[in-house]
Amino acid sequence: MSDDAVAAEARPSPLHDEHVALGATLVPFAGWSMPLRYGSDLAEHTAVRSTAGLFDLSHMAEIWLLGPEAGAFLDHALVGSFRGMAVGRARYTMICVESGAVLDDLIVYRTADEAYLVVANAANHDPVLAALRERVGDRDVTVEDRTDTTALIAVQGPRALEILEATPGLAVEGLADLRYYAALEGTFDVDGQARPVLVARTGYTGEDGFELFVDADTVGVPLWRALLAAGEPFGLVPAGLAARDSLRLEAGMPLYGHELDLTVTPYAAGLGRVVKLDKTDADGAPLDFVGRAALYARAHSEPARVLVGLVGESRRAARQGYDVTTRGGTHVGHVTSGAPSPTLGVPIAMAYVTPEASAEGTELAVDVRGRLEPVHVVPLPFYRRP
Amino acid sequence: MSQIPAELQYTAEHEWVAAGEPATVGITAHAADALGDVVYLELPEVGATVTAGAVCGEIESTKSVSELFAPVDGTVVEVNTAAVDDPSVVNADPYGAGWLLKVAVSGEPGGLLSAAQYTELVGD
Repeated sequence: MSDDAVAAEARPSPLHDEHVALGATLVPFAGWSMPLRYGSDLAEHTAVRSTAGLFDLSHMAEIWLLGPEAGAFLDHALVGSFRGMAVGRARYTMICVESGAVLDDLIVYRTADEAYLVVANAANHDPVLAALRERVGDRDVTVEDRTDTTALIAVQGPRALEILEATPGLAVEGLADLRYYAALEGTFDVDGQARPVLVARTGYTGEDGFELFVDADTVGVPLWRALLAAGEPFGLVPAGLAARDSLRLEAGMPLYGHELDLTVTPYAAGLGRVVKLDKTDADGAPLDFVGRAALYARAHSEPARVLVGLVGESRRAARQGYDVTTRGGTHVGHVTSGAPSPTLGVPIAMAYVTPEASAEGTELAVDVRGRLEPVHVVPLPFYRRP
Repeated sequence: MSQIPAELQYTAEHEWVAAGEPATVGITAHAADALGDVVYLELPEVGATVTAGAVCGEIESTKSVSELFAPVDGTVVEVNTAAVDDPSVVNADPYGAGWLLKVAVSGEPGGLLSAAQYTELVGD
């Protein structure tokens, strides 16, 4: 089957017609047809670093947990701690299986006392939803999948705040003071009707920025158009999945299917901080959560491999799956993501390597299609915003 | 719809060839579009012998990398150093300023596709 046939069968985003009108190259992605780029992926990448980019993330999964026991349920189902999280805050976390391996990485928002929003990767929509439904048991919690009715639009880049403030009809009180990893309810005016918008100061680019959750049918298209128009004077451009991937790689952010999968624990990925082994229940008793026993053991032993950043010393970039070796050619690991960094101008990669090969400055090599290219270990992220 | 000039010949691996002495070689607009912005070219050296169907270079974008297959047998007589210095010309003008190699062809080129055949192949 050709790519075009797959794309034709894939689910269109609620903003599909906007992408077509903007001349986007659409590709199948996790069962959806999504924009890969609109014109130049390098220009889109650079715009996010210097001004702003507009992303359609409507393929992401939005799963709501509603009810008096929603927080306690998430404490059981996920590795983080949510019962005590303040309303309006967001948290990066993971859902693991009993072996401690990562089923997905997530952002959880608490929007009300009894309402949490779990945002999962599109490719993991089904397994995450199934796991949450299975783990809920007889708790007083409703698991509601609103992926199909939600449009998710991100404005990312140093001009993001100014763009949201300049967007007609968008009213979010306290937006300028919104903290990173926090969210606010606002409204967007559609034909004289104030429609709800959940605005979060989160992102996947390494820049300041916002993610806006809105109703797909009534708000998605008018909000997209309003942001695009209001952002144009600030240098905002629509940006696709290609730029999103190169931006997140520079920012050292993991991507499920690359740095994270069912063969790694959060500790191997260098994200052990998200695992709250000492969680307690409402009575202060130790709280067991899915994967805890295995994760407890992993927390107290050295992982067989660790995630590192690699910078290339030649021009040819490492790519996912390539072998990492010593300079002498002895195998020490494998590359999970790699690309020529548009911002830094050198090849960068993330890789799992043995602990002995993981120290900053270690000189290694990557087998790039049959030729060893010199690289060295650097701390993540590769890029930090000024 | 990518542009496919009628006067050129093509390979199934998305190279184009302009007949001549020497022949000029590049990648098609379809290939350049699929790669995204080209950021690095690795081309054979002047004087290198290339063999039709064999890998003779690499074209790398942020998103992916693809191999350059020699469309003809011959000797490289010139490489586009301007494109090596600024690979964005491969996207901007794949059939013009974005050419890659000039090859003195040895023997009779064979197995190349016409513009009509290549159009059918890429389904544009």
